[in-house]
Amino acid sequence: MKFLFDSDTWQEIYGSIRKNKVRTAITIIGVLWGIFLLVVLLGAARGLENSFNKLFGNFATNSVFVWTQSTDTPFKGFQEGRRFTLTMNDIDVLKSEYSDEIKLLAPRNQTNNLIIKDFKSGDFRVSGDYPILDQIQKKQLLYGRFLNQNDILSIAKVAVISEDMYKQLFEINEFPIGQYIKINSISYKVIGVYKPSNTVNFDGDCAYIPFTTFRKVYNTANKVDWMMITANEGTDIEQMEKDVLLTLKGLHKVHPDDERAFGSVNLGKEIGKITGFIIGMQFLTWFVGIATLIAGVFAIGNILLITVKERTKEIGIRRALGATPKSIRQQIILESVFLTTIAGMLGIILGSLVLFLIDTAFGQGEDATLINPTVNIPIILIAFVTLIVLGTLIGLIPAHMATVVKPIEALREE
Amino acid sequence: MIRIEKLHKSYPIGKDSLHVLKGIDLHIKEGEFVSIMGSSGSGKSTLLNIVGLLDVHDEGNYYLNGQLIKDLNEKKAAILRNKFLGFVFQSFNLISYKTALENVALPLYYKGMARKERLKIAQEYLEKVELGPWANHLPNELSGGQKQRVAIARALVTKPKVVLADEPTGALDSTTTDSVMDLLKDINDEGMTVFVITHEEEVAEQTKRVVRLKDGLIISDELTATGKAKTV
Repeated sequence: MKFLFDSDTWQEIYGSIRKNKVRTAITIIGVLWGIFLLVVLLGAARGLENSFNKLFGNFATNSVFVWTQSTDTPFKGFQEGRRFTLTMNDIDVLKSEYSDEIKLLAPRNQTNNLIIKDFKSGDFRVSGDYPILDQIQKKQLLYGRFLNQNDILSIAKVAVISEDMYKQLFEINEFPIGQYIKINSISYKVIGVYKPSNTVNFDGDCAYIPFTTFRKVYNTANKVDWMMITANEGTDIEQMEKDVLLTLKGLHKVHPDDERAFGSVNLGKEIGKITGFIIGMQFLTWFVGIATLIAGVFAIGNILLITVKERTKEIGIRRALGATPKSIRQQIILESVFLTTIAGMLGIILGSLVLFLIDTAFGQGEDATLINPTVNIPIILIAFVTLIVLGTLIGLIPAHMATVVKPIEALREE
Repeated sequence: MIRIEKLHKSYPIGKDSLHVLKGIDLHIKEGEFVSIMGSSGSGKSTLLNIVGLLDVHDEGNYYLNGQLIKDLNEKKAAILRNKFLGFVFQSFNLISYKTALENVALPLYYKGMARKERLKIAQEYLEKVELGPWANHLPNELSGGQKQRVAIARALVTKPKVVLADEPTGALDSTTTDSVMDLLKDINDEGMTVFVITHEEEVAEQTKRVVRLKDGLIISDELTATGKAKTV
């Protein structure tokens, strides 16, 4: 290791690099390009992943949505095409039967209504919900608060409205909280204004009122339009979906194989597809990046091989003067490692710079397509170390070639 | 210093082999100034390469400084070359991107000497060959004679036992030839064994002993006029 810290060693390397400036530069570009691609691709992949995460970020990703349609198989004396509805009883049964798996269960009823505020009005969706909706799909509140348990228990006539409703129904700069709006001729006090997610959104512009209030006002009794279920951590969400549907089929006298009776969307499954896509893309990134790196390192080996060939005579002279094969080998391997290291560092710096530019151009703001495109330092270090190891290994070939020629043949070379 | 007994060497050429040295016996004592004469193909370069440990012989014995040279690996050969031998080549063989001083200092680098020390010694030797002021010039800024003097300084810098010169004046004109030969004579006068290969009679005459080779055999081995004068 002593020779690594010997200024003479570096003098020798500097001397031989200085001799071939252009070729050294081109060689460095080969490896630089490899690690540059790796850094930029990994960063971009991360940016895309972040964007997807943001897209689904306000959703509990392990959610299942269930609603009823019409049966497609006659069963227990019922004809096919029978319509039925979910009930509060279903909710209670599911809650007790799947207490281990289910984290949150939110029944909801929805309708469309004209909403009036003073002289302004608009047709909007009205949704009767439980406060836990906020945990399933996070609501970003601009003013006030979301529904709470008190509203449910006291069957309060309160509403949480969307930003668009606020803009449409209220005067500019009018403070909405505590004001009253009329839905179906009944006055509700506005307790909050939320900003709908501009990414994945199931409700659109919707006025949220307490589930109990909805039931009373619209006289829905036990009826439930649809329900949202989120699973506990570690639950197989697909299995849970199947089990829940089977239980519901039993409760509603639906044939177990009936495909149409219940509609359901499994958000976990949908997101799983995208996650799979991202993992695939990351794999591709690594594959392309590493392959390019290897190609770059081979280029260094190739160039060194040519250099060694060209310097055969010089190596012969050095050996006549007493250079041992080991010292020649060390010299060439160190040259290879030095070049790969320099190229690697430049590539990482350049890659980071490009990521910085991508971040500035596409990474910020509401509609960012690549959010925070970054690469982890450990990953960079691993790539860097791999590069140096490869540089050493590839340097062995020209180093061997340099010493395999007998000094007399090397000297004869012109 | 150098003792060679029944030395044989052949090179494979295709399926055949070319028998270059066909049993050479030669004994060179310390402090001798010997020239090997012979036309091209006589095997003189091969002999020098074997003596210089740049090539290996097939048969016979070779003793360098009393040590039998046999089955040397490259590392041992390199160390022996560095310790005992100094080379002077026809085409100078200076490293083109190193200054005269660095070229002279290179054998000391392989000896493991510190940079400061070896540059100091190299400078001394450059001054000895009267090239002190040219220390920081690159080889292509020097004339042929100057280059060869740098090469001689490089050969001497490790204080070797034997200086091996392969056609040292082959690429020089007559004036510079004389100056290079004078330098070699001076070295010899200081007690260094000098072993020169040449095909020029004038050069051979200036040495003390001439060995003539023909077709791989020694045809004559005699002292020159200078050699006789010295011995008598």
